[in-house]
Amino acid sequence: MADAGAQLPDLLPPKFQAWFAGRGWQARSHQLEMIDKARQVRDALLIAPTGGGKTLAGFLPSLIELSERPPANTAPPRSVTDLGNPSLETDHFAGAKWSGLHTLYISPLKALAVDVERNLTAPILEMGLPITAESRTGDTGLARRQRQRVKPPEILLTTPEQLALLCAWEGARLFFESLRCVILDEIHTLHASKRGDLLALDLARLSRLAPNMRRVGLSATVDDPEVIKRWMAGPAGPAAIDLVRGPPGAPPIVDMLLSEGRVPWAGHTAQHAMAEVYETIKRSRTALVFVNTRFQAEFAFQELWRLNEDALPIALHHGSLAAEQRRKVEAAMAKGSLRAVVCTSTLDLGIDWGDVDLVIQLASPKGAARMVQRIGRANHRLDEPSRALFVPANRFEMLECQAAREAIAQNVLDGDEPRDGALDVLAQHVMGCACSEPFDLLELYDEVTSAGPYRDLSWEDFEQVVDFVSTGGYALKTYDRFRRIVRGEDGRWRVRNGEIAQRHRLNVGAIVSPAMLAVRMAGRRGSVGRKIGEIEEGMLEMLDPGDTFVFAGQVWELVGITNLDVLVRPGGAKDPKMPSWGGSKFALSTFLAKRVRQLMTDQEHWQVLPMDVREWLEAQRDRSLIPAEDEMLLETFARGRRHFMVCYPFDGRLAHTTLAMLLTRRLERAGAAPLGFVCNDYALAVWALNPLDDMNFDELFNEDMLGDDLEAWLAESFMMKRAFKGCAIVAGLIERRFPGDKQKTGRQITFSTDLIYDVLRRHEPDHLLLRCARADAATGLIDVARLGQMLTRIRGRIRHARLDHLSPFSVPILLEIGKERSPGQAGEIMLAEAEEDLIAEALS
Amino acid sequence: MSAPAPAPVPSYAYDFAAAPCGSLRVGLAAGEVMLRASGALWLAREGALVVADLHLEKGSSYAARGQLLPPYDTRETLDRLEAEVAALAPAMVILLGDTFHDRRSEDRLAGDDAERLRALARSRTLVWVIGNHDADGPQALPGETADELSLAGLTLRHEPRGGSSPGEAAGHLHPAAKVRAPRGTVRRRCFVTDGERIVLPAFGAYAGGLNVRDQAFAGLFARPPLAGALGKARVHAVGWRQLAAD
Repeated sequence: MADAGAQLPDLLPPKFQAWFAGRGWQARSHQLEMIDKARQVRDALLIAPTGGGKTLAGFLPSLIELSERPPANTAPPRSVTDLGNPSLETDHFAGAKWSGLHTLYISPLKALAVDVERNLTAPILEMGLPITAESRTGDTGLARRQRQRVKPPEILLTTPEQLALLCAWEGARLFFESLRCVILDEIHTLHASKRGDLLALDLARLSRLAPNMRRVGLSATVDDPEVIKRWMAGPAGPAAIDLVRGPPGAPPIVDMLLSEGRVPWAGHTAQHAMAEVYETIKRSRTALVFVNTRFQAEFAFQELWRLNEDALPIALHHGSLAAEQRRKVEAAMAKGSLRAVVCTSTLDLGIDWGDVDLVIQLASPKGAARMVQRIGRANHRLDEPSRALFVPANRFEMLECQAAREAIAQNVLDGDEPRDGALDVLAQHVMGCACSEPFDLLELYDEVTSAGPYRDLSWEDFEQVVDFVSTGGYALKTYDRFRRIVRGEDGRWRVRNGEIAQRHRLNVGAIVSPAMLAVRMAGRRGSVGRKIGEIEEGMLEMLDPGDTFVFAGQVWELVGITNLDVLVRPGGAKDPKMPSWGGSKFALSTFLAKRVRQLMTDQEHWQVLPMDVREWLEAQRDRSLIPAEDEMLLETFARGRRHFMVCYPFDGRLAHTTLAMLLTRRLERAGAAPLGFVCNDYALAVWALNPLDDMNFDELFNEDMLGDDLEAWLAESFMMKRAFKGCAIVAGLIERRFPGDKQKTGRQITFSTDLIYDVLRRHEPDHLLLRCARADAATGLIDVARLGQMLTRIRGRIRHARLDHLSPFSVPILLEIGKERSPGQAGEIMLAEAEEDLIAEALS
Repeated sequence: MSAPAPAPVPSYAYDFAAAPCGSLRVGLAAGEVMLRASGALWLAREGALVVADLHLEKGSSYAARGQLLPPYDTRETLDRLEAEVAALAPAMVILLGDTFHDRRSEDRLAGDDAERLRALARSRTLVWVIGNHDADGPQALPGETADELSLAGLTLRHEPRGGSSPGEAAGHLHPAAKVRAPRGTVRRRCFVTDGERIVLPAFGAYAGGLNVRDQAFAGLFARPPLAGALGKARVHAVGWRQLAAD
């Protein structure tokens, strides 16, 4: 690596060489390659593991270019008029050769943008470079943001949402015309999402405003860089992007906690292993303990403190905690004063914490790439391996952890599939363009289809989106007088008035977070006290007043809910109720699922597993069967007065739930009288009044269930309503903070998106937003895409085991029965039951 | 408040029964009324159909301010109302206030929707009780206008009076019940009654609901009221103890 650098010494100006030497460093070859790409004015995608000096590699070309500028002849516009005047020393721009915005850096996280600003300031100051670099996020003060618009720094560090906002501003053209380079950090986390769609559209806009702009992508190791290249490419296509690879870094050391003799059959808490986890933390400098859900985080934190006789500083970090509390933890972490942090995906990316020497993954990792990212959080030094410990919470997870370890060791990772850009995001972007300056329909179509995710967008869809933005796109043309964008005499479309533009800007962004309620201390006589954090509305569905639960590391008792506040009081030492253990928002990746199936099938391979897991697999082999790799096992047996059907597709909870819903409909029609079902990431179980042994399973699992059955179920599904709401917000049909959000005199005057969904579905079932919602639900909440792949995979390959008892594999899933509540789709039945209760009371 | 605190009377003291059509028959003041699954109140002996809070043209009201909600709410609401008229052949249809979402809604009505409203007034009495959203009453549409109405021993008005008001049937509050059941909760529009007075659910397609546990309902009922939650084809009687706050 060092000699590769020596081949390109002249790429690094003397000042920079001296700076590297002064730190005892040498520029790495990929850093020099990135400078080379910049000199050739080529777009570049750098793929390098954490700790490879990736961010610096992204910025070096800009720092060099800016430091080599000839002195400016003219003063910048507006207020910086007296350069070099000592009285202006405090002015941010004094002494700088101001030239407008040169480099834009986009990070998926606010905190990362701020952190990179700090890290960038060091070389700028140490080399005495006349360059200004500033961050701009939602947290940046108003005065600074206003000043940045008039007088942008040369390097601006920001987020996709802020970029969308700047692009929707009247001054966008002037602001961006000097732009030479855009750096996109942590692309692998962004590209396959709606945020990625929005960012790709804004990049297309930037290329139009600043045709000389280069695109620079930074990504962690991914399986297929072409997917990212396709996403980040501009008008010239993916071929115009050069791939630069950083050094691979030392392979991580990943261990698995075996907990011999004690691996539980079921569950997701890994409670059995907490003492071992605690001992491991004690032996480490600083450990990050990753879990999959907020409640798991609370639970693990609680358990660790129960064991914490040495009073080690162990902290908690997840998205529901109050921002101040999270920042406190981050600051303590940066100072190196913590021994462990229990955290969720909120710490997947971001801030460099050099002191972390161990990453512990509690419970299932779900995907290999995600794990590599998490493991990279330990030890940001390339030449030393990162260390990680997997702690499986049950036997299936044991298989999953082993499969993930092997994938990581072989450096074969799961990657996100490329996606087609969402039309609700496009609608938001079109509105943003109109707010910025009038657009021509054809020009905008060319611009939009230059963005990777929208390359295949048809003209008809584009026109439909524009019509939606303008009038709502309804077949009933009654809103012509309420158009949000109008076509002028010059043929260009513009926003109807300033108020509509202003409202649009308040609603920019592709993130739709679930409604959050503030958790507050209940004061005396119903008054409201200190805020402890925020909780997703859905979480509360499972709690009733008087229930205790763990939040922010303490046990609380739910007192009640008023408007937007959840009132609690300390819950004492009572055993807290634990809602929703299973529900990780990440499904087991297709890739990892396949490896789990392989491991399960290959009996020789079982040797690597602990004894009790091996015995469990052998018992399954002897009492039921182990299917071949390309088969799906389906077991039927009777238990009590019920008949069970359990199958093991390993395709993730979401796809399984959809499958179970559809199977239940079919079983109903077949007269099997299904009573219920339960799903987890590995399996699903359906039970019925009548025997299921003699069903034609190939017919039952036929792919045609994805036709009418799916449509019929989907239409009524609460998941469609949820998806619709998300699309309606992103597309600008309803506002994030619409009138009535705050309750007026105790009276709720808002409309509900569910009502809108119902009406629209009945009167215009092909409306653009219903299409968007169906597409979202199909890839997200109900994962029809995955289910479709699965049904194809198992066609003609269902291995039926007719048993006279339950099987070892079926125990974990049967143990989950009764732990979950159905999320409301059984509304009618529940209402009827409530009435029966009342009648029973009356008759008692 | 001079009204005494509600005594803890058990909810089985209520007089209610399911009817074959899915309606719930409840005793109200001296007589009895039918609560329809559509959200309408049916006074069988008088042949009077009562619906509250239609909020017609709510969609276009939002559209005028930049949120282009689907313009089908009026159509949808009238579909429902016509279905009830067809099923019951009432001699009188009473619109219990807030029939229009705002004072300019009538101007924004599509031609065929206006015609459907006119048809409602043919061969039967159509009464527009005045609400806070439509205080002017209809301008061009037929029908009688009233601030309140006495019928079958009941007083029909838009906004419930504070304190005790026996025999009152009102709307305005858009009651909704969040029903707690072993498997989770369901939120539905509902009637709410203590046998003395009743508040009707909003009938309009886009009309939101206010939880009956909200402060706005406090003081209206002398004892814990009964909710008639609207199901798909029937009204479910739900006791106060099974209702959760939002």
